[in-house]
Amino acid sequence: MQTGLDFTVIWTNITYFFIGRFPHGALGGIALTLYLAVVACILSFFGGLILGLLNISNNKLIRYATLAVLNFIRGMPLLMVIFWMYFLLPAIMGATVSESWTVIAALTIFTSAYMSQIVKAGVESIPRGQTEAGLSSGLKPWQVMIFIVLPQGLRNMIPSFVNQFVSLIKDTSLAFIVGVSELTHVATQINNRTMIYPTEIFAFIAVVYFIICYAFTSLSRWLERRLAWKK
Amino acid sequence: MLKYQFDWSVVTSGKYFDWLLSGFYTTVQLSVVSIVLSFLLGLIIAMMRMSHVSPIRWFAHGYLEFFRNTPLLIQIFFWYFGSYKLLPKAFNDWLNQMNFEFAAAVIALTIYTSAFIAEDIRSGVRSIPKEQLEAARSSGFSYVRSMQYIILPQAVRLTIPPLINQFLNLTKNSSLAMTIGVMELTYQARQVESYTFKGFEAFTAATLVYVVMSVVITLLITYYDEKFLSPMKAR
Repeated sequence: MQTGLDFTVIWTNITYFFIGRFPHGALGGIALTLYLAVVACILSFFGGLILGLLNISNNKLIRYATLAVLNFIRGMPLLMVIFWMYFLLPAIMGATVSESWTVIAALTIFTSAYMSQIVKAGVESIPRGQTEAGLSSGLKPWQVMIFIVLPQGLRNMIPSFVNQFVSLIKDTSLAFIVGVSELTHVATQINNRTMIYPTEIFAFIAVVYFIICYAFTSLSRWLERRLAWKK
Repeated sequence: MLKYQFDWSVVTSGKYFDWLLSGFYTTVQLSVVSIVLSFLLGLIIAMMRMSHVSPIRWFAHGYLEFFRNTPLLIQIFFWYFGSYKLLPKAFNDWLNQMNFEFAAAVIALTIYTSAFIAEDIRSGVRSIPKEQLEAARSSGFSYVRSMQYIILPQAVRLTIPPLINQFLNLTKNSSLAMTIGVMELTYQARQVESYTFKGFEAFTAATLVYVVMSVVITLLITYYDEKFLSPMKAR
């Protein structure tokens, strides 16, 4: 079944690829992909910060409990986390949860576990002397963390956060499985409707994802050079 | 939620247990085949990435960037739905005679993971002092042979923990193969859920399998790190 490639299917559906049925219906396509990634990224930044700080707590019990939770989350495939959220969230919340929020919750939990490692590494990259100096000038441990260690540590973490954001964009493609109409879902819909252009459609969205992700990967590399401490 | 009746017998015995077990076998099969292939491909790409011939280096660079910055799911869909227009007819026919879902998943997982593996191998190689390569070259080894006998044996040793980590990721990523109908663990867990409505039990069973695999492997890496790598770095 050798046929030539015909990319007109892309151009006739281009707005659907970008924004779904918006403004006459729900937002979809690339716009929804980015929306999911940005919301999940902001939430998992805080999730990662909390988990990361708990993971380096002085209290042994808290530290090991956090470690167990982190290993548990990181041992699961993201797809599994999405399925768990899909049927646990309504039970916990006592109400139906939209598919988008199911996916955002799953992405947040999953990514927080990875972000926590970045936070941990970032905090540990700050010389111990700074903490000691802070403590001996009379600051409380939490003040040392918030006013001295984190502001410097977060700066070191920025490139890794951007990399994690790239992973998030790639991971939003799994939202397709619970029927969120982001880019991948839109592509499968168009593929099901047109039937004979799978190569063109999937090559096109692969390139779209690549352009978005590569832009952020390059940003992360640039930031890494830019933010490096001058020796 | 509280009215839910737990029934663990669904997943510990009988037909549904067999389904989950066969899913586990498929996951292991899929992972092992893809691990072997992606290691070999990753090794080749890493060597190409470090080649002195610019076009080869550029090709490897493009390969790495493209496949690392594209979602795995799209790659699976591309190979499963879209590859027939690009591949020769004879190859298509051959693929269709086999288990095509499985083959497409292996191809996608292999290519995706090889890009990550290549980067890990490259950073392993870069951590071996440059003088070793120079010494090897000046003793008359060709580039490929000095890689083979001097640089790679050391680099691979350093690369083992990140490599195993990639293999672990691959095993977890293999769950995406369910989207094209490969009957692996996640697929079977979902099957059991839709046949019995015992989603909690089915997903718990599958989750435990994944988590146990992951924890065991993580412990092995930690052990390897402390036993073999720390002394090597200390020297």
